[in-house]
Amino acid sequence: MGNESIDALGQFKLTTGLGAFGRAFEFTNSNEMMLFGSAIVVALYVVALRRRALVPGRLQGLAEMTYEFVHQMVIDTMGPEGARFFPFVFTLFAFILVGNILGLFPYFFAFTSHIAITGALAVFVFLLSTAVGFWYHGIGFLKFFSPPGVPGWLLPLLIPIEIISYMSRPISLSVRLFANITAGHVMWEVFAGFMLLLVASMGAVGAMASIIPLGLNIALTALEFLVAVLQAYVFAILTCLYLHDAIHMH
Amino acid sequence: MSKGRGTLHNNHGSFDQRLEAARRRAGLDQNGENSQPTEANPLSLAMQLGAEMVAALVVAVAIGYGLDRLLHTTPWFMIGFVPIGAAAGVLNLLRAMRTTKN
Repeated sequence: MGNESIDALGQFKLTTGLGAFGRAFEFTNSNEMMLFGSAIVVALYVVALRRRALVPGRLQGLAEMTYEFVHQMVIDTMGPEGARFFPFVFTLFAFILVGNILGLFPYFFAFTSHIAITGALAVFVFLLSTAVGFWYHGIGFLKFFSPPGVPGWLLPLLIPIEIISYMSRPISLSVRLFANITAGHVMWEVFAGFMLLLVASMGAVGAMASIIPLGLNIALTALEFLVAVLQAYVFAILTCLYLHDAIHMH
Repeated sequence: MSKGRGTLHNNHGSFDQRLEAARRRAGLDQNGENSQPTEANPLSLAMQLGAEMVAALVVAVAIGYGLDRLLHTTPWFMIGFVPIGAAAGVLNLLRAMRTTKN
C-alpha cells in the first residue's frame, strides 16, 4: 500500500498460491484458502472426536456443540424430514464459517469476499431446493407459485411476480454474504490507510490523531467477528428455509 | 446470535439462551411462512433489504433483456418485466420485514 492513497480493493486481488505448483496450474490464493479451511474443518472433527470422551474436552466440546447447533437448526426449520439434508447444511455452514473467520486474519485471503464463490454456493442451494421441490411434489410443485386465496383474474399478474421473487433468492443470498464480508474488509483497510495518511501528512500530531482510526479499527474487529459468524448462520438458515419451502410448499 | 461464539466454554444453559435468542431474531419460533432472518445490526439490515429489492429487479431486467434479444422485440419485454420485477422486489421486502415488526 502506498503512502499517498488508500488501496482498499487490492486485498481482494487473486494471485497464485502454493508456490511453483500454483503458478503452473493457476491455483489461486483463494483456492488455497478454501483447501486450508476445509482441512481445518476435517482436522477438527478427526482430532476432536478421536477420543470420544464421555465428558468432552474443549476441542470435542467445540465439535459437538457446532454439530448439535446445526442439527437443531435443521430439525427445527424443516422438521424431521430435514435430517437427510443435515450433512449438506452442515458442510455449507462449516465451510462459510471457517472461510469468514480465516479471512479476518492478516495476510489471509477471504474467499467469501468474492461473488464468484458465494454465487456458486447460492446457485447450488437454489438448484438443490428446486430439485427437492420437484422430487417431493412432482409437477405439483408449480402450485408453489400461485398464492392461495387470490381471485383467479389476478393470477396472470401474481404468478410472474412470485416466480421472479423466487428466482431472486440466489442473488440476494450470495450478495448478502459477499457484501458483508467485502464491506468489512474495505472499512478496515480504509481506517488503517487513514492512520498512514495522518502520519505522512502531519507528522507527530498525525501520529497522535491516528489513535482515533486505530480505535475504530479495534471496534470494527469485534464487529467483523460477529458478522463472520452471523453471515455463516444466515446463509445456513436461509438454506434451511428454502429447503423447507421445497418440502412443505408454503 | 449474540456476540462471541468464541466463548465456547460457557455452560450449556447460556448456549441454549443464545440459541433461543438467535432463533427468535430469525423469526423461526413463530412458525413463520416465508420468513427471512433479520439481524439487529442496522447496517446489515439496510444492506439486506437493498439486496432483496435489487435482486428481484436484476432478475426481471435479465429476463426482459434476454427475451428481447431472443425475439427481436427490443423494448417491449423489458418494459413489461421491470414493473413485475419491482413488485417482486416489494414482495421480497415485505417478506423480509415481516419478521422485524414483532
